Order: sequence, then structure tokens, then C-alpha cells
Amino acid sequence: MQTAPEPSKTEKEEHVSDHPHPDNLKADQQSGAAILTQCLVDQGVEFVFGYPGGAVLPIYDELFGDERLRHILVRHEAGAAHAAEGYARATGKPGVVLVTSGPGATNAVTGIADAYMDSIPMVVITGQVPTGLIGTDAFQEADTVGITRHCTKHNYLVKDPAELQSVLEEAFRIATTGRPGPVVVDIPKDVQIAVPSRRITAKLTASHRYTPQMAAPAEQLIEAVEMIAAAERPIFYTGGGVINSGPEATRLLRQLQDITGAPVTSTLMGLGAFPSEHPDWLGMLGMHGTYEANLAMNKADVMVCIGARFDDRVTGKLDAFSPDSKKIHIDIDRSSINKTVPVELGIVGDCSTVLGQMIESWGARKPQDLGEWKARIAGWRARECLAYPEKSAKDPSAIMPQRAVERLHALTHKREPIITTEVGQHQMWAAQYFGFEQPNKWLTSGGLGTMGYGMPAAIGAQLGCPDALVIDIAGEASIQMNIQELGTASQYRLPVKIFILNNEYMGMVRQWQELTYESRYSNSYSDSLPDFVKLAEAYGWTGIRITEESELDAGIEAMLATDGPVIVDCMVAKDANCLPMIPSGAAHTEMLLYGDAHEGTMDDEAKALV
Amino acid sequence: MKIAHDNAERHVLTVTVDNEPGILAKITGLFTARGYNIDSLTVADISDDHAISRITIVTNGPPQVIDQIEAQLERLVPVHGVVDLTTAGSHVERELALIKVTGTGEARVEALRVADIFRASVVDTTTESFVFELTGAPDKIDSFIALMRELGLVEVGRSGIVGMLRGAEGS
Ligand SMILES: Cc1ncc(C[n+]2csc(CCOP(=O)(O)OP(=O)(O)O)c2C)c(N)n1
Ligand SMILES: [Mg+2]
Repeated sequence: MQTAPEPSKTEKEEHVSDHPHPDNLKADQQSGAAILTQCLVDQGVEFVFGYPGGAVLPIYDELFGDERLRHILVRHEAGAAHAAEGYARATGKPGVVLVTSGPGATNAVTGIADAYMDSIPMVVITGQVPTGLIGTDAFQEADTVGITRHCTKHNYLVKDPAELQSVLEEAFRIATTGRPGPVVVDIPKDVQIAVPSRRITAKLTASHRYTPQMAAPAEQLIEAVEMIAAAERPIFYTGGGVINSGPEATRLLRQLQDITGAPVTSTLMGLGAFPSEHPDWLGMLGMHGTYEANLAMNKADVMVCIGARFDDRVTGKLDAFSPDSKKIHIDIDRSSINKTVPVELGIVGDCSTVLGQMIESWGARKPQDLGEWKARIAGWRARECLAYPEKSAKDPSAIMPQRAVERLHALTHKREPIITTEVGQHQMWAAQYFGFEQPNKWLTSGGLGTMGYGMPAAIGAQLGCPDALVIDIAGEASIQMNIQELGTASQYRLPVKIFILNNEYMGMVRQWQELTYESRYSNSYSDSLPDFVKLAEAYGWTGIRITEESELDAGIEAMLATDGPVIVDCMVAKDANCLPMIPSGAAHTEMLLYGDAHEGTMDDEAKALV
Repeated sequence: MKIAHDNAERHVLTVTVDNEPGILAKITGLFTARGYNIDSLTVADISDDHAISRITIVTNGPPQVIDQIEAQLERLVPVHGVVDLTTAGSHVERELALIKVTGTGEARVEALRVADIFRASVVDTTTESFVFELTGAPDKIDSFIALMRELGLVEVGRSGIVGMLRGAEGS
């Protein structure tokens, strides 16, 4: 297909040189790179996470001495993308990434894919070889638009500098509105240098081509509130969409819960939207969710899914998932509705808008008496599914990792820390034992499950929230995936804390090998680990090692008392497993709990599930 | 280990899109990435300024998959709209085919006679060959090709289906 030779009708063309309006004169002389930096400033961008290279040198030259934008030099482009994600998730503003062509762009792809899966607003500027060299296998050429096509919400190759401004304006609008996501803008080097004689600006008003539906039709809301009001066993199942929709959505969720009395569970991504100290909080649901959350989902008669997407980690075996409930699904992305789980009522709209409409439609209704339902839930709660063994079977003197997270929570929660994680058992323990009372305090890679996310995300969050206590709860294997970013934190004097639950294993892999492969620990031992304390010191950080439970509180206090960045290498039991667990493909009622025997093997059907 | 298969239905979708670079790759890539089927796909720009294209996709899958295909297509920024002609109402489907047949004597005469019955027109001829042009519903073209196979069929080119709703309303 051909590029349209003419701009589409919604775009306004300004022949700047024909109309020498004083505001436009300067614009007239701007190069593509200058237009880019101006656009970033106009969009309110504070930080650009990036790494230079040949194909972005004109942009880097523009950034030189520009006080309006702060460039954060990472140590690897993956770090730039995750840092932008962390910034976005902690602040609600879009993260901005700038990388060079070829390897710069491909290094950023994991972070882009991560942001796509978790719906994180992000704009990624990639340099490209000059237009004349595209397609010739030029030095550091990669088909960035092709590579990122299916892990971006949208992407562009800008071949005409006149279009740069309109593309960037649209890119930010697409990244931040509707279901947020990453947008890549690939800019050839000659387009960065050229000074366009005309300028196309996109009208920021909603154009025909992208208009997310925010509010839902009134009759759907009446139907929804009637279903909820008639429910004897209602449950709210909330997800990252509530966080993405902004603080107002969190407030309205709490208000709706208050008037309906429904118990609340959440996905990994939605933690913090509903306070963990609330009596109607059930804890996280799904594969490592609580017994009460999963059983309440299984027995509910009306389920309201708000900004979640029925991920396989949440549903387990699909035909046994919440079999008796009528389901209402609120989502801004219509393709999430009926994707894997058919629902009685799909409501397309923004969480906060729809929650507001729902509260209004509820009016003076009274919920059913939920006493019996709450009593059943209390019965499940009494099972105390998070009560882990006091001691490790193999090493009774070792610190239990769950206990380490509990103590970290106890000693820091008053400061409302921002917690990031890597991926593995430590991530799940953090989700289970670290209670969240507020949104935007929990940053984790949910959809893609990217090891190496946590430290750069903490860096981005710390920049966005300079006064916050930011802690990456890490595993000793994951932290090594982006360990180079220690240098970034040192350079910008960011006081981030890394708390490693060091079990000397890729614990989550080991756990699955116990469950499925008769404990054949194929390549899951973390051999040849660095001395994390010395590593910290080598980068100008403080290193603390905790080996005994008696040192746990003092170690955490010492970390908190240190002004600069700290790595805590907390040695924990090597054999602890993360429970409860629903083996993949099993039903919510088939949970493994602490105390159950779970070593063994599985049939091929079960092995094939991830 | 068994791999599951579902009951498939055939659906014809029309998709209007911004005519921008990469849009076809985006759409076909969506189908491969999510495991949807494409039986045929046609595309051409349809507006005076060449800014808008219309794509007709023939696909098959169980109803919930067809619904997902529609939703996933609508999610793409350059997509303006998707219409499922199969569920939207009565519609026409047309396809164009060019069919080359060689032969002499009785076979050649017979080919011409069959072409006449099918209202295919001759767009090129030599003393021993014809190129027929035939427009119609896909099964009509199938039957024509089947007959030509016995009469010296050499080559077939088919456009894939273009579809439109019947009646006065635009979709
Ligand atoms: C980039 C990447 N590669 C591989 C995996 C698969 N994986 C998931 S958890 C895990 C082990 C993580 O080990 P560690 O960081 O020590 O955490 P633990 O489970 O021990 O707490 C691995 C390899 C992944 N999630 N991401
Ligand atoms: Mg580990």
C-alpha cells in the first residue's frame, strides 16, 4: 500500500512561510530534532530515559543544554524502557524513551512488550537510518516498525519532517487515552536534521480515527446495579484498569463497595486500588491468590469484573471458573470482553466514568443481606492460607522469605513505600504479604513477567516521586538481568533500595520442577552469584547482608536509615515454596495449600500449560 | 496430548482503514499472531484522495472467535470500522477470475460454449488459447474452473472476494 500523498482531512496544514505569524517564525526554522524536543516540552514531559547512538545524535545535540527536559542516561536500553514504565505507573504520566536505531531499538523491545501487556502509557522515540538507506541493510538498520508492530498500541515511521509534530501529538494521545499502551515513533536521521517548510498539526480534539468510548449507555448501568442489588453472593474482581484510570477510579471503587457491601478481590496488577486493611478485602486471586478470594470467586452468584481481563493466571481451568455467577465486565477495551470468559453484561467504558455512573444509578437501592455470604467467607478466611511454615524443613535456622516480606512491610508501611518487584517467588510473596492501601504504589511486571523489571522501574518511580521510599523486592537471579542500572541510580543520586530475597535458586522454576518434574532441578540453581554487598560498594551503593532472623529488623532499619541507594542481600530459606497455588489448568477449588504434599509429576496435558 | 479444534463458520468482513504504510502487515499479522484464519483478502483504496482503503476479509471460526476478530480489528488505530456482512444482513459477494485455457478443435469450441453459458468474456485470444474473464459468486467461479480443467486449463488468477450489503443503506 502507498502512503497517502495528501494529509487526511482532520489535519490542519499550516504553510508557515506563507503566513509569517510571529509565533510561527521560529517554528519555521526548527529542524526535526528541535520540533521533537519542543513537542516533548509541550506534552509536559519531565524526563527522557535514553541512550545515545549514531541515528539519534541530532536529537541528543538538541537535548544538550536544554534545561526543559531531563535526560536520564541508563546503562542498557532495556533499563530505559522499564524505567519509563516505572515512572508512568508511579505518576500516571506517560514515560518517554529515546534510543538509537538497530540494537538500541531491539534492546528496548522487551520493555515495550511489557508495557503493552500491562497497558502502560509510553512513547518510545527510536532513531532510524536516513530515509535513503532504509531497506538496504544499512549499518545499525533494523525494521523497528515491523519488529514492534505487534507489541505496540500503534507505531509510526516518520518520513516527512512536516508530519513530525502531528505524529507526536497523536502518539501521546494514543499512548495515554483509552486503554493506555506504548507507541513507537521511528525517526530517520535525515528527518531529524531537515527543516520542514510546512508544518502539519493534528487537532488535539478526538479525530475520527481514535475515539475511545468513556461512558456507558444508561440502560446497561441500570441492568448492572439491578444485578448487583439482587445478588446474594456478589464479588468485585478488579484489575490494573482501575489503577490506569486514575485515582478517581480508586475512590469510586471504594465508594461503590461501601454502598453495595460486596467483598473485593484483585489481580496482581490491581493491588492498591482497594485497601488491604479493609474487612471486605479478600486478597489477590488466581494462581497464587488466597483461599478465600478463589473460593469466593468460585461460589459467587454475581461477579463484577472492573478493569481486569480474565487472564489464565486468574481463571485457572476455564470451564470451572466461577461457574454459577452472572458476570458483568467493565473494560475500556471492547476486545477484552468475551475474549476468554463469556459474560452476561459487557460494559465498554473507562473505569472511573463507569463507576461514577454506576454509583449514580444505584441511587437509594439497598443490597441484599450479605450476612450469610460474609460468614462463609469468614469460614474460608479461617483456613489462614497464608500461614506459612515457621521453619524451613531443610534448614531450620534460615529466614523464611515470607517472614522477611512481612517484616519489611511492618517496618515501612507507615511511609507508604512504592514497591517494585522482579519476577518469581519473591514477586508473589510481595503481592501476598505486603499490604497496599493506595494505588500507584505497586509496580510489577504482570502480563509479560519480565525478570529485570524491578530495578529500572524503581529508578523511574524514584525520579517521578523524589520523596517516596522506593524498594525493589528482588530475587537473586532476576536482579542480575538489569544489574547494570546500579550505575544509573548512582549517577542521579537516587536513593532506591533493593531488597533481595536470596534463595540461591530461580525459586519459581525450582518450585515448578518439584511439582511437575519430580524435582529434577535442571539449570535452576543460581550458581556463581556475585557478592552483592561488594557489588553494591563497587557502584557506590551501600551493601547490607542479612543471614540470621535475629538481624532481620536491624538490617531493614539500617537500610531505611541510609540516605543513598542500598542493596540488602537477605539470605532466605532455599527450599521455601510459594503457596497457595492452583496448578495451571486446575480449578479454583483445587488449590494446593501449605501442608499439602505437592511433589511429583503431571500428565502431558498439565505439563503443556504454562 | 490432543490439540483442540472448534466448529468454524464462514464470515465475510469489510474493514475500512487509513491507507497508511504497514496497515496490511498490521492486519494480516494480527490474524497470524492470534491464530485466526484468512480464506481470502482483497484491498484497494476507495476515496478520491487515496486516503481510505477498504479490505474484504473472508475468515472462518466459531462465533466467539469471529466476534474477537472484529473487536481486535476495531482496536487498531488506523481502522475506522468493521462490518460483518454475514451477520449484518443480506449481501452480495463477487469475485473476478482470469482463466487461461489452451486447446484446438472440439475442446476449444467446447470451452467457448461453456464460457458463453457462464457469461465469461474473452479478453485475450490466440489460435490455440483463450483468456476468459469471469465475475461472480465464488462457487460459480469454482464450477467454471472445474469444467475448464477438462478443456485445457493452464492458469487461474482470482481476485478474492469483494462484498457489500444489499439495499439502500451504506454500511
Ligand atoms: C526474562 C525472563 N526470563 C525467564 C523467565 C522465567 N522465570 C520466571 S521466574 C524465574 C526465576 C526467578 O528467579 P529469582 O529472581 O531468583 O526469583 P525467585 O523465584 O527465586 O524468588 C524465571 C527464570 C522470566 N520470567 N523472565
Ligand atoms: Mg531466587
